[in-house]
Order: sequence, then structure tokens, then C-alpha cells
Amino acid sequence: MGKKQTEILVGGFVVLGMLAILFLALKSANLASFSFNSTYRVLARFDEIGGLKVQAPVKSAGVTVGRIADISFDNKTFQAVVSLDIDRHYAFPTDSSAKVLTAGLLGDKYVGIEAGGDDKNIQAGESIKMTQSAIVLENLIGQFLYNKAGDAGKDGAAKK
Amino acid sequence: MNPADLAAAVGRAVIGQLAGLGHAAIFFADLVRHMFSSLRRPYLTVAQIHAIGNRSLVIIAASGAAVGLVLALQGYLTLSRYGQAESLGLLVALALVRELGPVITALLYAGRAGTSLTAEIGLMKAGEQLVAMEMMAVDPRVRVLAPRFLAGVFAMPLLGAVFSAVGILAAYIVGVWMIGVDEGQFWSQMQNGVDVVKDVGNGIIKTLVFGIASTFIALYVGYESKATPEGVALATTRTVVISSLSVLFLDFILTALMFSSP
Repeated sequence: MGKKQTEILVGGFVVLGMLAILFLALKSANLASFSFNSTYRVLARFDEIGGLKVQAPVKSAGVTVGRIADISFDNKTFQAVVSLDIDRHYAFPTDSSAKVLTAGLLGDKYVGIEAGGDDKNIQAGESIKMTQSAIVLENLIGQFLYNKAGDAGKDGAAKK
Repeated sequence: MNPADLAAAVGRAVIGQLAGLGHAAIFFADLVRHMFSSLRRPYLTVAQIHAIGNRSLVIIAASGAAVGLVLALQGYLTLSRYGQAESLGLLVALALVRELGPVITALLYAGRAGTSLTAEIGLMKAGEQLVAMEMMAVDPRVRVLAPRFLAGVFAMPLLGAVFSAVGILAAYIVGVWMIGVDEGQFWSQMQNGVDVVKDVGNGIIKTLVFGIASTFIALYVGYESKATPEGVALATTRTVVISSLSVLFLDFILTALMFSSP
């Protein structure tokens, strides 16, 4: 086989391999997604974040508008301090609220932002004042059992 | 046999194995060292990439398609029991990119390219070609061995990527067109669940490590084979066995290192 032909075939093989890698990266993974837009950082404090992880999405009305950048613990107020990187295209009023929600029934946690009604928008470095913590399943079950026991006690007392 | 003889025999065997390991390590160091000098004649490496890479493309692509098809079928059966049939894309992509792509490609590569490398080097040694080269002051490690090593290490990640890509496409054809899984869910769940650096990147690192291991083993076993027809035949089977075992063992170590924490 000629030298030129071999080189062309090998070049074709390398191009095919690169295309395969590109396909895997773009079509089947998340390379072409959110990460390259510029963002601004906003803080939010929660009493309980449940299983919220860094890189979890920040959604408003169900649409991803940002990602969780950092999670830390404030030893003075004993709250979790979550840093949200929000896409610069989206601005939220200063009285917006942040909740820790669950994707699906028992899925991963994410942060949902509900817009408020203020004229001014929240700037980089500011905090979201109104927050709602995650629902922890054990607390919910405990509450349910306590209420059930309370109802049974009231019925028993009423019957006597 | 008295205990002294037994102990002596064990000691000899251990020393022999250690010497063999050391010999192999020196051979590997030589390969790496001469890799860069062999780049001065790039056509040598290009010709080897053709022999190793292009010639393996058909079997890798065909196996990738077959594995993708089977994964789609079996995955759908199990996922639909829990009502999660839309996650088929995610299941197939993660299984291929993280594990099956690198490992099966490496095993097929060892069987196809590894045996051809071993047989070639073994026959060169049997025909005294390597000694003749040394007589002409041509270093056979630069001319013959290093280009093959470089070609193998270069071709393996590309072959692994082709395997995974073809597998995903084949699973798409079976899952979406034949079984009827929702096309949008197939791709969107996959894109949400597969991470470029952690999954695709780690898969490529795995193929690189497997390529280094299998090519080195193929070249070493060929180089050390006995210069007879039976010696060469024995060497080719040894290549496949040792390469396959090394690949599987390295896969365990790499998986434990890469994927142990969520």
C-alpha cells in the first residue's frame, strides 16, 4: 500500500475517533449546557438543606436559572449558607423567596426561587431574605405520628 | 524432599519471578524512553496506527453495536418493571462510557492487535531480524518497538470512544425506533446524568491505561518469546491471557479510585 494512502487512512481513523469523543461529550454528556454563561453570586441561609449538593440546579418556575456554587455552615447563627450562581440574563426582586425542593418524589434536592414583587432587583453579594428549609422525611413521619397520638388521646378523653 | 530443598526451590522461584518483573520494568522504561526518538520518523508510527487502529475498527464498531443493542433490550426489560423505561438512555450511556466501553475494547484489542504485535515481534526475533538491525547500528527499540507502543497507546482511546459512541447509537435505534421509548427522554436523561469530566473523561483515562498495559504486554511477550514456531504460538496465547487479566484487574483498581465516592 502506498505511503500516501496509509497516511490518509490513518488520518480518517483519527478523525473518526475524535468525532466519537465529541459525540460522547456533547450529545450524551452535559458539555454544551449551562456552564459557560456568566453568573452573579447570591447568598441564601437555610435552617435545614437536607441532601442539597453543590452543582445542584437553581430553578424558578421549573426552569434552571443557575447552580449551587458553595455550601457552608455559619457557626454563629447555626444556619447553612448556600451560595447560588444565577445566570446574568435573569434578575429577581429583592423580596424573592428561596425554597429547598425535591425533584420527583424521592429525588435529588434543588433550590427553587419564587419571584417577589419589589421594584429593585437583588444584586451580586446580597442575600435572599425569605427562605424555606427542606422537608426531612423523618421529621414529617415524627410529626404525623405525634398528631395521630394526639388525636387518639383527644378522642379517648372525649369519650370518657 | 527435605525442607531445606523445598525452601531452596521456593527461594529460587521467587527470585526468578522478581528478576522477570525487573526485566519487564526495564523493557517498559526503554519503550517510554525511545518513544520520543521514534517520533523523528513519524511515518513509522503512522504505519503502525494503520495496522493496529484502522484494522481493529471493524471488530470494535461491530462489537460496540452488538453490545449497545443487547444493553438496550435487557435494560428495557428490567427498567420497565419499575416504570423507569425512560431512563434507558441514561443506563446504556453510563454502562458503556464508564465500564463496558473501555474494558471490552481493551479485551478485543488484546485479542486482535495484541496477538498480531506479539506474533510479529516473535517472528522478527525468530528470523533474527532484530539482531541484524543491531548489527547495522540501527536500534530495534527505536525502529520497531517504540513506534508500535506509541501507536497502541494512541489508538486505544480512539477505539474506546468509537465503541461507546456506536453502542449508544445502536441502543437508540433499538430503544426508540423498535421498542418505543420516548426519544426526548432518552437523550435528555442521558445528558443530565452523564458528566463529561467524571464519566467520559474517566472512561478515556481508563482506555489510555489499558492501551499502555496491553501494548506493553504484547511487545514484551513477543520480545521474550522462544525463537521457534511453537514459541511464537505459545507467546500469542500468553499475550491474550496476561493482557485480559491485567485489564480486568486494572479496571477494578481504576474504578475503585475513580467512582468510589458519589
